[in-house]
Amino acid sequence: MSELLSVQGLETQFRTREGIVHAVNGVSFGLKEGETLGIVGESGCGKSVTVMSMLRLIPSPPGKVSAGKALFQGKDLLKMSDDEIRHIRGSQISMVFQDPMTSFNPVLTIGRQVSEPLEVHMGMNRKQADDRVVEMLTKVGIPNPRDRLNDYPHQFSGGMRQRVMIAMALVCTPQVLIADEPTTALDVTIQAQIVELAKRIRDDLGMAIIWITHDLGVIAGLADRLAVMYGGYIIETAPIRDVYAHPSHPYTLGLLGSLPRMDESGQRRLVSIDGLPPVLLEKPNFCPFAPRCKYVVERCWKENPPLMQISPDHTAACWVNPETGRER
Amino acid sequence: MGKFLLRRMLWLIPVILVVSTITFVLMHAAPGGPWDRDLSARQVDPATQKMLNTYYGLDKPLWRQFTAYLVGDVDSEGKFDCGLICGDLGPSYRQRGLTIQQILFMPPEEKSVIYSRFGYSMRLGIYSLLFAIIIGIPAGVISALKQNTMVDYVSLFIVTIGISVPNFVMAIFLIIIFASTLHMVSIVPRSWDEISVWVLPAVILGFGTMARTARLTRASMLETMRQDYIRTARSKGLSERVVIIRHMIKNSLIPVVTILGPALAGLVTGSFIIETMFGFPGMGRAYVTAIGQRDYSMIMGTTLIYAVLVALANVSVDVVYVFLDPRIRLD
Ligand SMILES: Nc1ncnc2c1ncn2[C@@H]1O[C@H](COP(=O)(O)OP(=O)(O)OP(=O)(O)O)[C@@H](O)[C@H]1O
Ligand code: SF4
Ligand SMILES: [Mg+2]
Repeated sequence: MSELLSVQGLETQFRTREGIVHAVNGVSFGLKEGETLGIVGESGCGKSVTVMSMLRLIPSPPGKVSAGKALFQGKDLLKMSDDEIRHIRGSQISMVFQDPMTSFNPVLTIGRQVSEPLEVHMGMNRKQADDRVVEMLTKVGIPNPRDRLNDYPHQFSGGMRQRVMIAMALVCTPQVLIADEPTTALDVTIQAQIVELAKRIRDDLGMAIIWITHDLGVIAGLADRLAVMYGGYIIETAPIRDVYAHPSHPYTLGLLGSLPRMDESGQRRLVSIDGLPPVLLEKPNFCPFAPRCKYVVERCWKENPPLMQISPDHTAACWVNPETGRER
Repeated sequence: MGKFLLRRMLWLIPVILVVSTITFVLMHAAPGGPWDRDLSARQVDPATQKMLNTYYGLDKPLWRQFTAYLVGDVDSEGKFDCGLICGDLGPSYRQRGLTIQQILFMPPEEKSVIYSRFGYSMRLGIYSLLFAIIIGIPAGVISALKQNTMVDYVSLFIVTIGISVPNFVMAIFLIIIFASTLHMVSIVPRSWDEISVWVLPAVILGFGTMARTARLTRASMLETMRQDYIRTARSKGLSERVVIIRHMIKNSLIPVVTILGPALAGLVTGSFIIETMFGFPGMGRAYVTAIGQRDYSMIMGTTLIYAVLVALANVSVDVVYVFLDPRIRLD
């Protein structure tokens, strides 16, 4: 499989009243054709900003992508003209957003909104576009799709709306689908259905997926690889099985510990990691996880660890090997 | 929808009752009466006054005058003369031989109704509103798209002036500039048939509404621009022009469009100072004159028409919303 998307040293900052927020600090990752990459990390760690920076969807001002490359099929998304990137958005790289309620325009019909990518990228007329939209809505499991083209978003339930959103993202058969916490706003049973749908469609259409979540449980059955983010850095990447088998960063360990478990009474329990997420107003010259880390050693306060190769396909940014508790 | 409209129309009844009571009380609390002349003129002699009072029923107790206005009364020959409930606004006390309806709605000679006093005021209101929309909406949109740039600041400056300076002050300034100094227009036009003479009064009357429209449009645009669905629209690869026109402006204009009804009512009922300044043959100037002359039935009639206009305009907000926003249902 060849590299479809390659992000290198991506940095994004926001100018705010309190100072410059370093939301993404030199993030690098790759995505192969047909591969599914999961990005996990707690709220505010820069997951959304990373993918939005790639597609240049960061509100600017206050946001600015200050360094890095995002090569898609060899061309840098960050350098190309507005027109060029417009032709990629929605046709070759599509996004599904977190909140299916607010992510649709409330005063345009579903049919209109889902057909927009077809109109701009394929130059389809109304009739052709409608046929294609119906086909897509059928694929994502909307009952009687043709009768629903003239309905408005508020006439759909949350889960149905997210299905429509996925249909809208896939209507031009993109090579990459970016899903930014697509299930967070939904209740648990619906979440599972959406994940199942994503799997089915991926196997059907064969696109690559970047699936953002802060729930390791959701991603387990879906992703091939995982990138764990913390404070604007990727701090561990590995094939999904390695992450569960040999987590190599204390933060990842913490995340695994905070997977919801059923306790004796059968209730879901969330073990959270102690401490607060880092303030992003300064780029730290120490390990950003140090204030919350159980394994912290002297070196952690002196140097911010870079991503280090641990095994051929596994990198982690930590001075300590959590399995032994000793410095690497 | 039908039920909703019916309910809102029934609400007009208490509104009219309250407005007419207040107007009646205030009107009679003000000193003087319809037969007083200003001091320099020859006064109406007491015998004539007495006769007039009897003829118009002004010698009856006040409560009787009030019910006579609202419901009706038997005249000297024992015939029942129906009042407001039959839609009769009564005779004018000062314009002999004319009823209030005739004064307000009857055009001179054979012309169409737009040449009546009501028609003149309506047209002035509509022109002012057109000015407010044509300038205010684009100004608001551009301001929002160029937020915190020079264009935005200039527009905000003008908007602030428009909102805070009363229109009669603006009128005096503009009259001094365009009429007295530049001689571009005459202060009191001899004829209102020429459209150009409408420009100055319409602009002055509409300036405040223009400013409020621009401010509302700007705020609404800024609100829309931050919405998630705008990001979605961009992520689909739509051009910036399509995002702005189809997704931003359309959504932002919903609250703006819904206030146009009340804005028009505000302009039509708020034009009396401008009408008086320009010697405009409309309802507002007639109203001011009627107040000065204590023409009781004329004051009552015009006030009630104003009240009904404002009430209907407020109903229009809800109705317009239903057509513009698919999420809203009336029932
Ligand atoms: N428009 C903005 N202005 C200022 N700061 C911003 C803006 N957008 C994001 N940030 C900052 O960037 C950081 C990363 O935000 P991001 O939205 O990527 O988090 P996330 O990992 O997606 O979190 P979540 O799980 O809550 O979606 C946050 O600390 C946030 O404060
Ligand atoms: S580098 Fe040090 S502080 Fe950072 S995660 Fe590893 S052990 Fe903890
Ligand atoms: Mg996010």
